[in-house]
Amino acid sequence: MLNPFYTDRRDPFALMRSLMSDMDLPQTTTAQTSFPPVNVWQGEDAVAITAEIPGVELSDIDITVNNNILMISGERKPPETPEASTWHRRERAYGKFSRAVRLPFDVDESKVEARFQNGVLRIAAGRPEEDLPRKIKIKAA
Amino acid sequence: MKTDVAKPTEKTPTKAPETTRGKQVYRPLTDIIETEEGVSLMVEMPGVAPDDVDVTLEKRVLTIRGSVKPTTLENFTLAYAEYDEGDFERAFTMSEDFDADKIKAELHNGILTISLPRTVEAKPRKIAVKAS
Repeated sequence: MLNPFYTDRRDPFALMRSLMSDMDLPQTTTAQTSFPPVNVWQGEDAVAITAEIPGVELSDIDITVNNNILMISGERKPPETPEASTWHRRERAYGKFSRAVRLPFDVDESKVEARFQNGVLRIAAGRPEEDLPRKIKIKAA
Repeated sequence: MKTDVAKPTEKTPTKAPETTRGKQVYRPLTDIIETEEGVSLMVEMPGVAPDDVDVTLEKRVLTIRGSVKPTTLENFTLAYAEYDEGDFERAFTMSEDFDADKIKAELHNGILTISLPRTVEAKPRKIAVKAS
């Protein structure tokens, strides 16, 4: 990190630049800051959310809508293992999770559709009729 | 919309050579347990369909591959992303006493469970130690 080359007196900012570039390096940790990670998709009159939730049973996922807040919560249960087993590696995490996503409009409950396949959750939320932009006709005077 | 969303999660890219298509390849998180029968692996592969998984055991190296079909939602554009999609690939060096023909793999909710039973001869035999 502290390369003697950067302590060059002709360029006093070189050291700082090298420190800055070190900070930009991708982090090598696999720790998840929040689970599940979500992607948000914008449509014309709808919003879609996809989330990677591998290893969770469909019955353990709850989706709730409260005005414009969409909440995904549930529990990831550890696998059932026979008693006489030893762990070689344990990289996956288990436990309860919950995520809230603020949507750009109030969601009509009847317009939310969710699907869960191969560990990926897809939620589509439609914008309610009364919230849709209305076109205003201009009369010729 | 970004109010409640936290930092992107990091999937770890593999150290494998890059792909010709330029798609990112990730190292799937894996749990490994050993039981009396053998070893089981639980590999986390969200978004991989059962037909797109490839498990091979060759010369003690167990290679697991899963390809992800990128999500495309019609009439939708990606506005905010916390995860990226890419194929999964990981390899493990196993001990020699596994029967390649008896390996079972099952994909459920994005978790690939691979069970490798030990060959009968290789099951540990307990040797009684006599006190003299």
